Amino acid sequence: MAHRFPALTQEQKKELSEIAQSIVANGKGILAADESVGTMGNRLQRIKVENTEENRRQFREILFSVDSSINQSIGGVILFHETLYQKDSQGKLFRNILKEKGIVVGIKLDQGGAPLAGTNKETTIQGLDGLSERCAQYKKDGVDFGKWRAVLRIADQCPSSLAIQENANALARYASICQQNGLVPIVEPEVIPDGDHDLEHCQYVTEKVLAAVYKALNDHHVYLEGTLLKPNMVTAGHACTKKYTPEQVAMATVTALHRTVPAAVPGICFLSGGMSEEDATLNLNAINLCPLPKPWKLSFSYGRALLQTRRQPRRLL
Amino acid sequence: MPHSYPALSAEQKKELSDIALRIVAPGKGILAADESVGSMAKRLSQIGVENTEENRRLYRQVLFSADDRVKKCIGGVIFFHETLYQKDDNGVPFIRTIQDKGIVVGIKVDKGVVPLAGTDGETTTQGLDGLSERCAQYKKDGADFAKWRCVLKISERTPSALAILENANVLARYASICQQNGIVPIVEPEILPDGDHDLKRCQYVTEKVLAAVYKALSDHHVYLEGTLLKPNMVTPGHACPIKYTPEEIAMATVTALRRTVPPAVPGVTFLSGGQSEEEASFNLNAINRCPLPRPWALTFSYGRALQASALNAWRGQRDNAGAATEEFIKRAEVNGLAAQGKYEGSGEDGGAAAQSLYIANHAY
Repeated sequence: MAHRFPALTQEQKKELSEIAQSIVANGKGILAADESVGTMGNRLQRIKVENTEENRRQFREILFSVDSSINQSIGGVILFHETLYQKDSQGKLFRNILKEKGIVVGIKLDQGGAPLAGTNKETTIQGLDGLSERCAQYKKDGVDFGKWRAVLRIADQCPSSLAIQENANALARYASICQQNGLVPIVEPEVIPDGDHDLEHCQYVTEKVLAAVYKALNDHHVYLEGTLLKPNMVTAGHACTKKYTPEQVAMATVTALHRTVPAAVPGICFLSGGMSEEDATLNLNAINLCPLPKPWKLSFSYGRALLQTRRQPRRLL
Repeated sequence: MPHSYPALSAEQKKELSDIALRIVAPGKGILAADESVGSMAKRLSQIGVENTEENRRLYRQVLFSADDRVKKCIGGVIFFHETLYQKDDNGVPFIRTIQDKGIVVGIKVDKGVVPLAGTDGETTTQGLDGLSERCAQYKKDGADFAKWRCVLKISERTPSALAILENANVLARYASICQQNGIVPIVEPEILPDGDHDLKRCQYVTEKVLAAVYKALSDHHVYLEGTLLKPNMVTPGHACPIKYTPEEIAMATVTALRRTVPPAVPGVTFLSGGQSEEEASFNLNAINRCPLPRPWALTFSYGRALQASALNAWRGQRDNAGAATEEFIKRAEVNGLAAQGKYEGSGEDGGAAAQSLYIANHAY
């Protein structure tokens, strides 16, 4: 083993660690408002609104113009690239509005999925090219954390070892590059809920995936205290006929995390992955009431589960 | 990925988890009394005693005749194979004496280190052949946990990736086999203190080694809640000129563990690795006072650091047995306090307690 070559200085570590902690302090969570243009297209189409830049801007303006008390429940907002440079109707940059409310600004950094040949339709994630330069620019533009979403699915022969290995490695490279540029990486290895598998199978897969992720982060010398994890909750597949209570979801979820996520990780912000707003909140509550020891903050990074209701009223205009 | 094939039933898991929690119950740690015949030779020669089976029996009798005071500070005792079947002067099997005190019986199951060809003097550990059958027999004979020691060392080019990978893998195989037989595996990836490296280097290596160990345990479907970890504390090498305080050692150790050991692991039982009795207690105490959040029990699994004074007081003389036992009880109680961060220090200087117990290149 070569002598170690420290990836980060003490000051860099301190900055990253403080950013991560401020995002999840006091029960705060993250608003994921980073839908890509394509995804916004899906969302807006459901309420019959045209997918233009202006409409996307207006929608985000609704979110960001809430009063400052929002900073008691929202520690960070993830933006899409376009939104980082948009302004409200008074000409004020969204990112400045958020910062003034004491909310940390984050940016989606990945550039979508790419197929893994020779697998059962599995994917890895692109976006590493020029990532360092992009991160440096975003940091200058007021961003303090990044997000990168890897996707794994449960099906016949899935997730394969290759898919797990490759996505864990890509996440670790992304995390390493972020930290070099003063951005806290949110690590998101989403095991999607598509399928008819039961709760136990999701737990098993989630444990394997997270073990691989944390080994990869270690191999890539990522400073865990300056990261956040954004995992799926452990749930049955959408097409599973068996129903589970929030307490069962909570126990399966916390057990999986317990077995894989080192205590050095300051916070775990669950994705909502298509759960209804109610379910997402009930499950998160049950998770925080779960009797197992929980050395990390357990919070949310919700997109649809925070925004569904907000979108509906527009339909009436 | 194939559907999971559960390695253990819910009942098996509960049994393993209960055993592990009993061993590391608050204020309790482990007496490592599993020195092989070869290791005992070194110990006994230091006090001028011949290394016979009877002397080894008499010596372990000194330790095991400790009175009920050890009940609150000793949760488990690790035996060597020979000792598991030995009896005291009244014909009572040692196992029974220990179990009657409510202490869990453990057994060393590895068969020593062997070289890894093509490396700079690195090793792996043997003992997997027939391990399942041996574990089944030990379980019948009263053992509920086992220990397996792997050894890594720090130098210019070590530990190598191969050494880390191979030792992590063999630990995971051992752990998996133990659990199949109702035995809680103590996983011991010791990084030796030999060398002149500083504290940071040891921390870095410890983190790499432990990350590999827990990945291997995951790959081998080991039930973490039914295991214990027996790591080195993070310390500088013995030949390092920089001196560090117990607080610095504690911070480096707890940080390394926080970054690698999942919270599901119920307890971390440190090896003493040649630290003096006092050092081992002070460091454990500082670890339990470290301000970082610690989701596992942090306690001791000490051999030399529990026995040095007792061995010295005994010197092979039956007449000294009582006094020697007292020395052992004293260290056990001190470490029970240290495991809770409640040890205020003895104020003693020198004596066996302060002498370094470092043996260069400690294989056994």
